[in-house]
Amino acid sequence: MIEVEGLGKRFVLHNQGGTVIEVMAGAHLRVACGECVALTGASGAGKSTLMRMIHGNYRATEGRIIVAGVDVARAEPREIIALRRERLGHVSQFLRVVPRVPAREVVAEPLLALGVGQGEALARAEALMARLNIPRALWSLSPTTFSGGEQQRVNIARGFVHAFPVLLLDEPTASLDPGNREVVLSLIGEAKARGAAILGIFHDAEARARVCDREVDVGAFTPARGAA
Amino acid sequence: MNPLLQVRDVAKSYGTRVGCADVSFDLWPGEVMGIVGESGSGKSTLLACLAGQMAPDRGAVIYDTRDRGPVDTRALSEPERRMLMRTDWALVHQTPRDGLRTGVSAGGNVGERLMAVGARHYGDIRARAVDWLGRVEIAADRVDDPPSAFSGGMQQRLQIARNLVTGPRLVFMDEPTGGLDVSVQARLLDLLRGLVREMGLSAVIVTHDLAVVRLLADRLMVMKGGRVVEAGLTDQVLDDPQHGYTQLLVSSVLQV
Repeated sequence: MIEVEGLGKRFVLHNQGGTVIEVMAGAHLRVACGECVALTGASGAGKSTLMRMIHGNYRATEGRIIVAGVDVARAEPREIIALRRERLGHVSQFLRVVPRVPAREVVAEPLLALGVGQGEALARAEALMARLNIPRALWSLSPTTFSGGEQQRVNIARGFVHAFPVLLLDEPTASLDPGNREVVLSLIGEAKARGAAILGIFHDAEARARVCDREVDVGAFTPARGAA
Repeated sequence: MNPLLQVRDVAKSYGTRVGCADVSFDLWPGEVMGIVGESGSGKSTLLACLAGQMAPDRGAVIYDTRDRGPVDTRALSEPERRMLMRTDWALVHQTPRDGLRTGVSAGGNVGERLMAVGARHYGDIRARAVDWLGRVEIAADRVDDPPSAFSGGMQQRLQIARNLVTGPRLVFMDEPTGGLDVSVQARLLDLLRGLVREMGLSAVIVTHDLAVVRLLADRLMVMKGGRVVEAGLTDQVLDDPQHGYTQLLVSSVLQV
């Protein structure tokens, strides 16, 4: 479901003397249906950069990124929009929402975007929020005021509310208590069981060992930075 | 499926000064496109050319009409163009007063657009006006008040109701949240997002506010000196800007 080949990334900072930073070269990986693969490597090795390129958030300088049949490196914006709406889910570490929109609507939004009716979308959102132990009293409040762990669970609920065939997870268990961590690990297990292809970054080594089938060391794709 | 709007090589000059030049893009049904740039970048000139408020010197603006398929809007007769503006298109001005009739009640402002497309039954018109005022969160007991009695945020919501009551397919917006308090902005953004999703609207939104486009637009075009310097998926352009000007724009935003 995910196939990355010959992927490279270079940043050119035009306002800082045209500085060129090579951050990735020759990256390659594959994630099959029903498989969970972890990206590993030291901080700064490019785990997040690679995830962002697969999501279409960073532009690839070279190479191919095939996600559910779409080459994200070359696709038109509208193809990526459709891919993200239907097939590619993403749980990021940051919650970005319109202020004052209630949490239940934030979580239901991916379903509403797919045309699911308001009633069913909200019911599914609430069921998932209950499972993630987000207090009922918070459902009608904007998540911008929530604690870090609560915001993260809202993000997780958004990512799992629709059965995306491909999922990108950026630190899904960071800042969670043991109980909620278990819930997230079982959500990941269930997604694998229904055939989802999952790529994740997990600093939590034990969580990684439990849900991931393989690891890919991103450090192998870091270009030599010369004498600098 | 055809693009709803095909813009080809549009250019407009003011004497020797370039308003906008070499602008081409396709807008697909259901897409929201943001156009950002600083004052004088040509974004408002471009919007005026697209929305038929101004005749471009060059280029084509091809709209996929319901009955005749793709038509170059410059080739339309004046009555045809006006009919399109009243039915399929909507234009939300930055200043609500430019898009409202101040001498007419709030309900009248909404009803007037319905009458322009042939609605004649007073009861129906009033019921639909009240329904739309409710959707933009204006209480039913304010229907008979003139817009001058409304706050800026309410006037902007009234202008949106007036524009959307006829069920347009394409909405042009010029700084729709400009000049509003931030708390009112958030409510308006949420309202616009809901309407875009429920009505399957396409929209072109001109703004200088990068936070607004991040939340509202699927795609983004960055303009400088009348030309498009960068275009793409909104979050990609904002998080991984390729052009030096976009990099400067994004890195100049003050963090809260």
